[in-house]
Amino acid sequence: MSIYLNSDSKIIVQGMTGGMGAKHTTLMVESGADIVGGVNARKAGTTVELGGKELPVFGTVEEAMKETGANVSVAFVPPAFTKDACIEAIDAEIPLLVVITEGVPVLDTAEVVAYLEGKSTRMIGPNCPGIITPEESLAGITPHTIAGKGPIGLVSKSGTLTYQMMFELKDFGFTTAIGIGGDPIIGTTHIDALEAFENDPETKAIVMIGEIGGDAEERAAAYIKEHVTKPVVGYVAGFTAPEGKTMGHAGAIVSGSSGTAQAKKEALEAAGVKVGKTPSETAELMREVLKAL
Amino acid sequence: MEFQAKELFAKHGVATTLGVVAETPEAARAAAEEMGGVTVVKAQVKAGGRGKAGGVKIAKSADEAESYARDIIGMEIKGLRVNRVLVTPATPPVEEYYFSFLLDRSNRSHLCIASVEGGVEIEEVAKTNPDAVKQIPVDAIEGVTPEKAAAIVDEAKFPAELRDQAIEMVQALWKVYVEEDATLVEVNPLARLEGDKLEALDGKVSLDDNASEVRHPDHEQFEIREEADPLEAKAKDKGLNYVKLDGEVGIIGNGAGLVMSTLDVVAYAGEAHGGVKPANFLDIGGGANAQVMADGLDVILNDEQVKSVFVNVFGGITACDEVANGIKGALEILGDSATKPLVVRLDGNNVDKGRAILDELNHPLVTQVDTMDGAADKAAELAHQA
Repeated sequence: MSIYLNSDSKIIVQGMTGGMGAKHTTLMVESGADIVGGVNARKAGTTVELGGKELPVFGTVEEAMKETGANVSVAFVPPAFTKDACIEAIDAEIPLLVVITEGVPVLDTAEVVAYLEGKSTRMIGPNCPGIITPEESLAGITPHTIAGKGPIGLVSKSGTLTYQMMFELKDFGFTTAIGIGGDPIIGTTHIDALEAFENDPETKAIVMIGEIGGDAEERAAAYIKEHVTKPVVGYVAGFTAPEGKTMGHAGAIVSGSSGTAQAKKEALEAAGVKVGKTPSETAELMREVLKAL
Repeated sequence: MEFQAKELFAKHGVATTLGVVAETPEAARAAAEEMGGVTVVKAQVKAGGRGKAGGVKIAKSADEAESYARDIIGMEIKGLRVNRVLVTPATPPVEEYYFSFLLDRSNRSHLCIASVEGGVEIEEVAKTNPDAVKQIPVDAIEGVTPEKAAAIVDEAKFPAELRDQAIEMVQALWKVYVEEDATLVEVNPLARLEGDKLEALDGKVSLDDNASEVRHPDHEQFEIREEADPLEAKAKDKGLNYVKLDGEVGIIGNGAGLVMSTLDVVAYAGEAHGGVKPANFLDIGGGANAQVMADGLDVILNDEQVKSVFVNVFGGITACDEVANGIKGALEILGDSATKPLVVRLDGNNVDKGRAILDELNHPLVTQVDTMDGAADKAAELAHQA
């Protein structure tokens, strides 16, 4: 089992023919993910060969879904066009939309998130590495070679910390690892992923990685206390970040006294989450948890 | 800064008085003379609490305006040097209110905050009299329609005689928020002047960098070059994602999360090595080629505080051999100007090839350590010894 993505996932790529899109479509095909086509209105009706697979290009998400049975879309669309691409996918009722694009104006994302209300689509991102269910499927840019299948569910704001943590815990492996993104507003939240992992029988323990900015980690801590019975190990990045400076991710900013790593760590610990000081210490905590199960 | 916020206010029809920006006491005098009467001389820096810091003065004459400008220009407010003042005609408010639109991360939407109990810091009012501060959610799709603006004004309990003006102003401020892609538009104080005129006396606008990049090339004018840290300015010119910090261990890594984590790990390691700290945040992203690595190292090595450099790369998409070649190429590009020890930790994709390249290079400045914690410790130790 897994969350959101499995071996039955049929994936299309919005922006497949662009530089990033083509590169990562190739990597997704090579990982064994079932990539079934792409969307580009200007190249509709043609095919593109990526990763040794001949992939059809469709004019719209709706058409691509109808022709291929796709149930996941991964978007590599440039930031200026991301909002429209998302709305198109949501209107086509794609079950899972993964938005990799970095640099989307936050007002656009706010509009898309409001548009999702009452719709059937789950959106992950933007500004995220996507989601991987090792040995089953990959919708995003996470390298499929880092770790295999196992009992850990991972949710993280950061891409490279996802990779680092998967690497540290490759001896155990993962049900699903999901990067939710580093923007101030995102579709799927820590809480959504925690809920899904809690309900996934294969997931035995959860690693949650947060970083400075906003109060998502504090809210997740409150959720864990109330609703999560599985052990959760946490890590928070950005203890040394100065106030008022954006640290790489658009959402990673301490404003006044809010959004600090210390506050997040304390909130998680108060909810019974063991929080590591470094990624490797966090991995060690997870190892202890798994051995005790 | 205030004068920039007011320019954006004026552009979208928010009632405000622009005033004149002066970079010298003489220019402030000339502006005050032109205006005649009593003026206000205000320090222009990106910091709150300017009044308390002595950066806002009321001048009864042009002489006084000049003299206050002389005091204020060059002073420091919250660590920021004041390079200019704004001179405006003094318009003493009859009443002061607070108004803002902002991005509400928690609710993934927009929020309006309004209070007719203005005049002091809004955080204070929120603490002492929370009922006086109205928080009104704004739908991200519908935005602020005339009806919504009226609802906001009524809920905030603006005086009836100002209702129409307030509704108009709320809509104009929403225009600033949406059309400029702001994450904060704040008016404090929003003043009721003599003759029941509503005006934005002071304000603050925070813009979304992503949106500025995508659709507001004109926002570049708000960057004031001489106020940026010189190393940050240099990094920006080279397209690097760099933040200067106060420490001795230079940091280069890939991915924002990993780099933030690297800073923390170095700070912990530093506790055992004389309290050395990370010197910067620098994310070179996925494509760590020789030129990007050289540019990054160039910026960091120009930081006089830096005693050692920690290059921490996890090869995910990027292969470690490419990164190792990047380091090799960067050292060739920099030549003799590279003088500080480099601790390199490579892991992930093609790690063996990457480490072999650096082993073979056998550069006197480069030390390889296999783990992130171990490498942080080594970098801190080298910085402490230097």
